[in-house]
This record gives sequence, C-alpha cells and structure tokens, in this order.
Amino acid sequence: MSTMQPIGAAGGTTITPLSTFRNETPYPFCPGCGHSTILDRLNQALLALELDPARVVLVSDIGCSGLSDQYFATSAFHGLHGRSITYATGIKLARPELEVVVVMGDGGTGIGGAHLLNAARRNIGITVLVFNNFNYGMTGGQHSATTPAEAITSTTPGGNFERPLDICGTVAANGAGYVFRGTSFDVDLAERIADAIRNPGFALLDIWELCTAHFVPNNKASKRTLAEMREGLGFGIGVIQALERPEYGAAYRKAYGIDGAAEPRRSALAPRPVEQRFAARLDRRFEIVVAGAAGGKVRSAARTLVQAAVGSGLWAAQRDDYPVTVKTGHSLSQIVLSPEKIEHTGTSGKPDAVLILAEEGKKKIAGLLPGLEKESDLFVLPAFADVAAGKASRHVIDPAEAAERTGSKVGKTELALFALTALVARIDAEQGLFPPGAIEEAVRQGPAELVEKNVAAVRAGIELVDAEGTEPAG
Amino acid sequence: MRELTDGSTAIVRGALAAGCSFFAGYPITPASPILMRMLAELPKVGGVAVQGEDEIASLGMCIGAAMGGARAMTATSGPGISLYSENIGLAIMGEVPLVIVDVQRLGPSTGGATTVSQGDVQFVRWGTAGGYPVIVLSPSSIPECYSLTMKAFDLSERFRCPVFLLTDKEVALTSNTVPVDEYGEVAVRDRKGTGLAEPGEVGGATQAAETDGSRVYRYEPADQVPPMRLYGEGDTVRFTGSTHDERAIITKDRSTIGALNRHLIEKIEAHRDEIEMVEADLEAGAETLWISYGVTAGAMREAVALARQGGKRVSALTILSLWPVPESAIERAVGGRDDSPNGAGAVERVVVAELNHGLYRREIERLAPQMAPAGVEVVGLHRIDGDLLTPRQFLETLP
Repeated sequence: MSTMQPIGAAGGTTITPLSTFRNETPYPFCPGCGHSTILDRLNQALLALELDPARVVLVSDIGCSGLSDQYFATSAFHGLHGRSITYATGIKLARPELEVVVVMGDGGTGIGGAHLLNAARRNIGITVLVFNNFNYGMTGGQHSATTPAEAITSTTPGGNFERPLDICGTVAANGAGYVFRGTSFDVDLAERIADAIRNPGFALLDIWELCTAHFVPNNKASKRTLAEMREGLGFGIGVIQALERPEYGAAYRKAYGIDGAAEPRRSALAPRPVEQRFAARLDRRFEIVVAGAAGGKVRSAARTLVQAAVGSGLWAAQRDDYPVTVKTGHSLSQIVLSPEKIEHTGTSGKPDAVLILAEEGKKKIAGLLPGLEKESDLFVLPAFADVAAGKASRHVIDPAEAAERTGSKVGKTELALFALTALVARIDAEQGLFPPGAIEEAVRQGPAELVEKNVAAVRAGIELVDAEGTEPAG
Repeated sequence: MRELTDGSTAIVRGALAAGCSFFAGYPITPASPILMRMLAELPKVGGVAVQGEDEIASLGMCIGAAMGGARAMTATSGPGISLYSENIGLAIMGEVPLVIVDVQRLGPSTGGATTVSQGDVQFVRWGTAGGYPVIVLSPSSIPECYSLTMKAFDLSERFRCPVFLLTDKEVALTSNTVPVDEYGEVAVRDRKGTGLAEPGEVGGATQAAETDGSRVYRYEPADQVPPMRLYGEGDTVRFTGSTHDERAIITKDRSTIGALNRHLIEKIEAHRDEIEMVEADLEAGAETLWISYGVTAGAMREAVALARQGGKRVSALTILSLWPVPESAIERAVGGRDDSPNGAGAVERVVVAELNHGLYRREIERLAPQMAPAGVEVVGLHRIDGDLLTPRQFLETLP
C-alpha cells in the first residue's frame, strides 16, 4: 500500500485520515466466500485514497454482493437487479465531484449487459467491481453469464452449454478507461481498486472468487481450478486496459461550456407570437386536407398556411400524418381554420377543401373522396384532373399555366406552397377565407435563403387565380 | 398575441420553467420531440440531457440524478412505460421526486405509433408491483401542458414521489393556436423547503457528525414527508429499494415495514385536496354530466358550447388530476351535495368519455353508489379505432 498516492489530499485540503470506511456491522457472508475479502480490499483502497465518506457513493446491485453497501459508512444506493450502473451514471452526471463505486455480481453483469457495454462506450467516470463467482449464490446456485462451459449448477444439471462472458474483453473492446481481471486472492487487489477509482473514465475490475455454498461443492472448484479455467479460455489477467479517453460527463460539460461557476443561460424556447397584419373573412370552421408525398414540402407549406391564417386573426391547427419511413410514402396535412378557438383538433372526414399533390397522398385519402358534397372544393394538379371525388367542385391548378403568366417556372420544392396559395386565393375570393397575401408575409418570416423562391411561388399561385377570374363571395 | 405551437414544446418549456436540470429518455414515437428538445435546450441552462441505451437506463439515470439533487424528467409512450415499471416501483419506495411524461399512443403492444389513444390511464397508476400510489396529471390543452408540467415538478417535490404527466399524440404533436397570455405559471417548491418534519430532526446540521444510523426517512406521522437528503450535500446518505427502516437499512421488522408502507400511502392519500384539480363547467338543472380528460376534453368543451347554443342543459367536468381520483370534485359535479349546482338532486346520467374501452369509467362507477344513493346511470363514450371522439358524438348522448 505504501506505493499508492492519495488523491484526496490533492488541492491542499486537509482531511483527517479515517481508520476504516466500514461500519461496525459484521459481514454476513458464508465461510470461505470471497466477498468479505474483496470488501476488505475496497475498504483499504478507500483508506489509501483518503476520501471523505460523504463523497463516496457505493452503489450495490442485487444478490449476495448487493448486501455490501450496508457494511460501509459511505453514502449508499441499493437499487434493482442489473441496473446499478444506470443509477451510478445518473449520480455521476448530477454530481461529478463524487466517487461512485458499483458493486455487482456476475448475475447483475449478465442481466444488465446493455448498461455495462454502454457505460464502457461512454467512458462514464464510475468504478465497477464485479464479484464474479460464476453462479447466483443467493437464489440457489443457478448459472450466470460467466458460468464456465460444462460447469454444473442448479440450472445446468447436464453441464453448461453456454460460453462464459468475457467481461473484461467486452468492456475493453468498447472503450473502458481501465480494465483489470484478478481474483479475491490477489495481494495487490486494494492497489488495483485504488487505480481504478483514480481513473477518470469507466473502470471495471472483474474479480474472480469462490462461492463456497454452491459453485465449489458442485464443481470441486478451488483457487487452482479458477486459474486453469482462465488459461483454458485464454482470458488475460492483471491490467487488461488503461486508456486516456475523455470521460462522458466532462466531455458533455466541455462541449456545452457548462461549469459550476458560469451563470446559467436562458433557454431560447420562448413563445413566438405571430403578428397579426391581415384581416380574415372566414366566419365558420373550415377544414383543408393536403395530400402529397414525402419530400414534397407538404408539411412546411401547410405550416406556412396556418401561420398566415393566424397572422390574419384566425385560429388554426395542423395535424400531420406520414408513415414511419420518413422519406417515402404519403405526407398528409390536415388543417383546421376557425374564427373561434379550436378546442377539438380532430377533422370531420368531410373537409371543405382538398388538395391532391401526389399519387401517394391520393391513395391515402381515397376513402374520403367519394363522400365529398358539392359544398366541398377539390384542388388537383393536372395529373389528377380526372380523380373521382363525389360532388365536389373541381379546380385544376396548372403550374405550367402559372409559369406562362409569370415567366418563371415553379420549382418542385415550391409546388405545394404554390398550389396551397392558389387554393387559399380561390376560396378567399369565392367564399371569404383570409388574404393570400398573408402567405407571402409568412414566407418572409421563414428561412432567409428560401424567401425569394417561396415568394415567387406564392405570387404565382395568386396570379393564377386572379387571371382565371372567380365568382366573388356573397 | 397568439402563437402556433404544440404540446411537446409546451411540456419542454414547462420543464425548463420548473427548473428541470436532468433529462434522460429513449427515442419513441410520439414522445421523441420532447427528448430532442430537451437534448437541445437543457445544456443551455446548465443541465444535462442524455439519450439512454434503453428506457430502463433512462429512468435509472433520472433516479440517480434526482438523488444527487437534480430535478429530473423523462418522457416515453406506452411501450416505454412497460420498461419503466421496475424503476417506477424503486422511485416510489425510495421516495424520489421525478416527472414521467407519457405521450400515449394506441396499444396494445407496439400498436399504432402515430395513433392517438388514452389507453394508459390505469397502466400509469398500477404499472408497478405493490399498487402504491403515484400522482397522475393530464393536460387537456397546450397551455395546460405547460402549467401541469410545472405542477408535476412541484407535486413531486412536495410528496417525494414520481408524478406522471399523461398526455397523448394529439395534444403533444398537433400544432394549435395559443394566446401567449394563457400560459399559467406555477410556483415550484424548492427541494430543501419540502420538509414538514422538524428542522434538524431529519437531515440538517444536527446530524452532521453521525455517519451511521442517520435517519434519511421518516414514517411517523404517516402522512408527513421528510426533507430530502442528497448525495454530495453534507453527510452520508443511504438509499435502498428494499424494505427499510428510517435509516435506509433493510429490515424485516413488521412494525417498521407497516409504518413504511402506510407512510407511502398516507403521504399522498391524506393530502388529496392539495392534488385535486378539475375544470368544472356545471349547469343547474342539467340531467347529464359529461366527464372527460386529456384530448377528449377539448371535444367535450366544444360540445358543451354547441349543446347550450341549442338550448340544452349539460354539465361537464374535465379531470386534470386523474390519480388520486378527485372524488370530492366528482361528487360535487354529480350532485347530491349542498355545494352542487343541482343541490340535493344528482344528475340522472354520467357519460365518461375516453379514447379506450372504458378504463377510467370504472372509477366513476365505483363512486356512484356513495355519490347518488338514489341511483345514477354511468355510461361510457369510447373510441378505440385510433381516431378522436368528436363533439357530435358527445351531443348524441343527450336525451
């Protein structure tokens, strides 16, 4: 122990050395069980590091080793089976200044395998001691993830058919900062535990030991057979890995400029009111369905429309529908506009206006088209001019015609915006909705690099309707 | 001034306004927007947000962080609540304040990821072993997503327990128009100020020298909530999910176990009046009372306006605090109480409207005999096809 450098003394703070981190409660473990020895070595390591017991959190798992925290005078967390690493990670992220030490068995290692390898990948600054005795001691000697092949346990009566998990190899391959394999018999175990705690990243010690209640009698196991087993498997011994890799919490705090002294910045997620510059004429609830395809900017065009409606004093809601495969299939936006607050955002299935932009969208709304009444308006691109849609009034929106009039082609990415603007312009002219000019204003509030193209598309939509002429409302 | 926004955004804003400093979650539709927003926003206020390797790790990290002093939140949907189950129990047992957002989607199983449902209303209450109480709040509008998220944090500190914010795909993801002055602020209690036990008795300086046997919990009086002791602040702190005494030492002593478990129940049940939240729109002489919650309450409110325009009397009750069941407010709405609009006479019919097969209705049916001894008909208005109940469907329930 004399070679160890205390880290607790760094920084000039004087800490009165403790005589023990143990409390007065005797260990409860079976005679010959390695747990007592390993816990004594942990106590020695903590003493050598001269840590403040209130700055150490001992996180225990489930099983015999899960009892461990009760025999220490440190802070302690005893949670659920296999999840100790997750609690330790939360504690370390909230309190980076604490030393968080996990004590778990081979059982917890197996059931919490996903946490083990992700903690290694993150290199989260906790230390894990695996009390590896190759079976579940507390529950009756069942086999675990580390039970050797052919070993007899209460659940492998014909011998174990599974290969034992190489805990060290797994966490080392996944970037753990410090990885050690040893046994409860090692004379330098306390020093290695101290080394592990000193490592700023994820440190793991796979400590092999004997379960005298189950594994020893069932398999004639001894210190010698453990060594033979390890050699047979080709597993390394001693320090397997010592890496300098950024610790997860430190990397996080560095990336975001978080340190204790800095004033917290305010989140920018404040309400973003829409300025009302236009006056709507709509006097009833009005539903629009936009049926397009993924990649057709359906949702963003619909968003622009509802923003324009709010900018005209209306209340508006937008619900989008698209398959889990984001870049293929249909893209639907269902829009509700109203002169009154919208409490019910659902749609009636009898929309006042439908816009069909793509085959995928047309298929998706095929069910509602036949039921459209003559009060509904159907807007389609020329490709869908012949679609059957109940008694709805039909309007073909032709981008070629708009291009002829404006002298500029409507691009594919602006098609939805162009067509929706034409829809608004016509409905507004014939029935009273809101001024389509509000859409141009909404576009101008959007991303600067898109303003020019989008404004052109909006103007093309308005011009198309103006040129065709309409029957004025009322 | 009005803005266009959605419930997810309002929940994130509410969490930030409440001082949330830790978030961990795993991607799942329709809760992912909350995860992504928290990942983007929390670092800006000095907090930590993590995508866990799964839901189990996410809630585990939240529990650890909360014990380190963080105000922690997670968000998921029904399939994720299934994986939260064991850690919900741990948070109840260890008396850990945290907020769990459930953005409901259609089940069972993976069900419909992008389809609305209110099928978790019993699941969040009974989703862990033992049946011990949790608190469940349910916003029925975007502004309520904001204020009830803050309230959820406040109640989690007050009662040291997990508090669920139960919302759904429609409220969380559908954009709607909100007057910006409708966001109600809620005062969130400071964690150290939570205590009702005598100062210094549990926690505090008087025990600074004691490293073993420190009381970190307090079971008597059963309904009182002790201040929380945090890792890294002052003396050592013990925590365990096993049956424990007031020092968090595992115990098999029957009187201690009984005291612990009574405390876990009583600290919430005896303070129902602090939790109970409803919006009551009661009309004298109404024969029908509509009861709803969450997204369905929006359709109900439109239906109330339509019914009254048509000259029909109807009462409506939106339940914002689903668990514990706000029995007093429900009784008042049903009638038969001096403070009910109908006085001594109860309504004839209660319609419980929800997007499931009648899961919360059973709570009203359970109360019916005591609320209206002369009898009240309790019927359900349900939808389980993945669409919303409509105002028209409400109106069809009126005689």
